[in-house]
Amino acid sequence: MTSALTLNDYLFVSGLLFALGIAGVIIRRNALVIYMALEMNLNAANLALVAFSKFNKIVDGQILVFFIIAIAAAEVAVGLAIIVALYRRKRTVSVDELTTMRL
Amino acid sequence: MNHWVSISGTDWGMNGRWPICSVWVILFAPLVATALIALFTQKWKGASAALSIGAIVLSFALSLRMFLLFVLKGIQHQAHPAQWLIIGKTVNIEFGMTTDSLALLMLLVVTGVGAAIHIYSLGYMKGDPGFSRFFACLSLFTFSMLGIVISNNFIQMFIFWELVGLSSYLLIGYWFERPSAAEAGKKAFLVNRIGDFGMMLGILLLWSYAGTFNFRDLQAKLPGLIGNHAVPLTLIGALIFCGAVGKSAQFPLHVWLPDAMEGPTPVSALIHAATMVAAGVYMLCRVSWLILPSATASVLIAWIGGITALMAATIAIAQNDIKRILAYSTLSQLGYMVMAVGLGGPTPAMFHLTTHAFFKALLFLGAGSAILALHHEQDIWKMGGLWKKTPITFWTFLVGTLALAGVPPLSGFYSKDEILLLAFERNHVLFVMAVATAFLTAYYMGREVFVVFLGKPRDHHAYDHAHESPVVMTLPLIFLALLSIVAGWYSKVPDFLQPPHVAEHHSLLLTAGLIAVPLFGFLVAAKIYCKAEPSDAPVKAALGKLWTLVENKYYFDELYHWIVKYVQGTIAIVCDVFDRWILQRLGIGGLSVGTGLLGRTTRLLQTGSISGYAFLIGLGVTVIIYYVVVR
Repeated sequence: MTSALTLNDYLFVSGLLFALGIAGVIIRRNALVIYMALEMNLNAANLALVAFSKFNKIVDGQILVFFIIAIAAAEVAVGLAIIVALYRRKRTVSVDELTTMRL
Repeated sequence: MNHWVSISGTDWGMNGRWPICSVWVILFAPLVATALIALFTQKWKGASAALSIGAIVLSFALSLRMFLLFVLKGIQHQAHPAQWLIIGKTVNIEFGMTTDSLALLMLLVVTGVGAAIHIYSLGYMKGDPGFSRFFACLSLFTFSMLGIVISNNFIQMFIFWELVGLSSYLLIGYWFERPSAAEAGKKAFLVNRIGDFGMMLGILLLWSYAGTFNFRDLQAKLPGLIGNHAVPLTLIGALIFCGAVGKSAQFPLHVWLPDAMEGPTPVSALIHAATMVAAGVYMLCRVSWLILPSATASVLIAWIGGITALMAATIAIAQNDIKRILAYSTLSQLGYMVMAVGLGGPTPAMFHLTTHAFFKALLFLGAGSAILALHHEQDIWKMGGLWKKTPITFWTFLVGTLALAGVPPLSGFYSKDEILLLAFERNHVLFVMAVATAFLTAYYMGREVFVVFLGKPRDHHAYDHAHESPVVMTLPLIFLALLSIVAGWYSKVPDFLQPPHVAEHHSLLLTAGLIAVPLFGFLVAAKIYCKAEPSDAPVKAALGKLWTLVENKYYFDELYHWIVKYVQGTIAIVCDVFDRWILQRLGIGGLSVGTGLLGRTTRLLQTGSISGYAFLIGLGVTVIIYYVVVR
């Protein structure tokens, strides 16, 4: 019985994380929570990339992950700012109530 | 081929150059006059008239010079065509000059009669507010007509042909504030366009086989075309004849000419009697080598001419407007000419065209003089006894009448005689029709003379104020009267066009009969109308229903009105329904409604719920991955 983890194990976890993230985005009503679920999706992708990078012995994937983390940080700053601004204006962050674009 | 003609002044004295330039001057002098009048001398009536008359007199003098040079010294000018338009490698249109005998004769007729009428207009149009405009249009017409005469190819001829139609429209509708004049101008233009459309089709069809528009090249290629049975020569001939049917007002497109009498009388004389309507006949003579090889086309042309001649003559006996009677007689004489061309005799046709131009212009100008004497009264039944008041008009009108009827030794006798003899040789039915026409011609002209000039004055007020026209009007009358008398004596006119035609020996009886026919016509007219109180009553009683028929011009106008109203109206309704319901509602409306519906449907997807969108995105991605990866 070997304890070595294979690529498929990593990818399985990554896929699970992604599915959780999607489920969060679909099910939750709070914009902030949806946002966190989205971040989970990003990190699922990061995990897959790092796993590929490790098993294929190519460092490109890890470099890409750095970029993703950096961009995600910037994105979080913007996204949270939007949510805060939205809250100030509408006094709610529930996406069910934010339907002004709808005809 | 030499393409460019130098018009530089230094060349003028050189041998050979100057005659070419003179053709250009003949053509363009009236156009220059038009331009100058339109641009500068609108307000100075005298200057406008002087420009216009000067231009046509110059053209006349140069035409006469060329004509005499040709007749006396046999100098025929080789004209150099100017390159005008080249499209690709196949279409090559020239702006050329034809100066053969046919063109020279026609130039002389157009400028000669034109000059007389221009001078006459000086008196007739005196005091008219549009005096300058009138002369500008008259010069424009002269330019267009000369353009037709000298054209050496179909396209050039067709363009001038349309220009003639345009200037005719402008002049018929000269008094455009009168609704009837405006309508008449429109009618003339539209009816002419119908014929011209056929002519254009004919020209294009011919070009598609021969590949050239040039008359000389076409003539050279003709034997090959006749040999080739694939070439529909009959169709081409008939289509080109359509143009002449419109312009020369032949049956069934004759309806515009009588209405064209709404224009000023000099215009009726110049355009609708002497020159423009003769353009159709001239064109047929110019391309007779193209039309005559097809027996069917020739027969068609001859019959159309014969029918027009007889029909118009019968209508003329029941008209009451002094100018309309002359208009129908013009139709009838044009019918003679067209018939002559169809019977294979362009030469008699041109001969008759020439003499007819003189005496018909004379008659119209005489009628104009009578109309003016009675202060624009055109109803013959309100005239009467005019010969005492307007002797010069009366005598010259009488000369014109006798010439038109074909009484020897006036010019009309010789030219009409040639046509009748030709008909006698070729087609006896047409000959009988032509003789009947000759009889009717003498009859209705006799009626006009007796009613207008003889008898007792019927409208005493107008009669007491009647006066002879000024000398600028009587001089052209006398000039044209002299020409009407002598034009036939110059028996060289036919020979001039073509080597002498060896006529069969006709019996003296036939000639005597042809002389007797018009005299008999006059006698009948005299019996009925030469009295103090003439009236149509006896003829009306004798003809019964027939009189109503001819009085209403065989109901052609009504028929065409019916056709326009019902046939064209029905087509218009169908088109309207198609446009409104099929195109607008189904096509354009359907597209817009369909797009709207699609928009409404797809809008249902826009729930505004982020979770819903996310779910759909997730679903979409899953489906794509499923297809890409699994399958």
